[in-house]
Amino acid sequence: MLTLSHYLILSAILFAIGVVGIFLNRKNLIVLLMSIELILLAVNTNFIAFSHYLDDLAGQVFVFFILTVAAAESAIGLAILVVLFRNLKTIHVDDLDSLKG
Amino acid sequence: MEFKTLVFFFLAAILVFASLRVVTLRNPVHAALNLVLAFFSASGLWVLLQAEFLAIALILVYVGAVMVLFLFVVMLLDINLDRLREGFWSYLPLGAIVALLIVAEMSLVLYARFSSVQESVAGQADASFSNAKAVGRLLFTDYVYPFELASVVLLVGVVAAVALTLRGKRKSKAVSPSEQVFVKAADRVRIVKMAAESSQDEPAGPAV
Repeated sequence: MLTLSHYLILSAILFAIGVVGIFLNRKNLIVLLMSIELILLAVNTNFIAFSHYLDDLAGQVFVFFILTVAAAESAIGLAILVVLFRNLKTIHVDDLDSLKG
Repeated sequence: MEFKTLVFFFLAAILVFASLRVVTLRNPVHAALNLVLAFFSASGLWVLLQAEFLAIALILVYVGAVMVLFLFVVMLLDINLDRLREGFWSYLPLGAIVALLIVAEMSLVLYARFSSVQESVAGQADASFSNAKAVGRLLFTDYVYPFELASVVLLVGVVAAVALTLRGKRKSKAVSPSEQVFVKAADRVRIVKMAAESSQDEPAGPAV
């Protein structure tokens, strides 16, 4: 019988993979954005699992809003990436030091 | 083993495998395609949780729009793959340890706490139940104000993406105040001295 903890542990594994993706691909902005998508997917799965097991549709409405914000976020992120590449001819994280941070 | 459990483990295995490939593959195009696979299996899991509307929305919004945008950008940019992989193997041991720790701790906490939570019998929807209708009803009544805010967020996203990537001469008539205050009258009006002409030998009326 499937219990809530099945879904929660699956989400935890997905979340950990996303975090490790950010660790490993620190130089690659595109894979960084994809890792953020993975983390958001884990969060959304958590929300839907709780919504189903606790009989509360508000969780699904929240996932809807997360999807909206995530779509806008990745669109703007990719636009910034394109502008960076146009100006600097690179998206290597080490080269993006114009702000001297 | 119940059929539903079997489907869960099948989809979960594909999901974990695909997301591992997303973070480890060398080529960003392959990583994006594996992310598409991960989204598909996640949407299958959401159908198991009776969230059909969001499962379809995940496919339409993510696979249909966001991942295609990712693929466009990856293929548009000319990326030096070798430089982007710098430090991958040196970070791998630390990253793997952190990941295993996160998973172990979360599993310990979650399994002890939530393994007794079963699906409620009352929550089992019958065939005539429409998830999209229920979510829509909630969205347009209790959450109508956040819903409109979400549309504003999308509008800001559209305007920002266009404004960032717009190339070429700006056609806006906006003034530059810092240049305006330095303008002298001589820069704008030129007074020319010329001899007066008589209109006697020309016929009356405006000149052609």
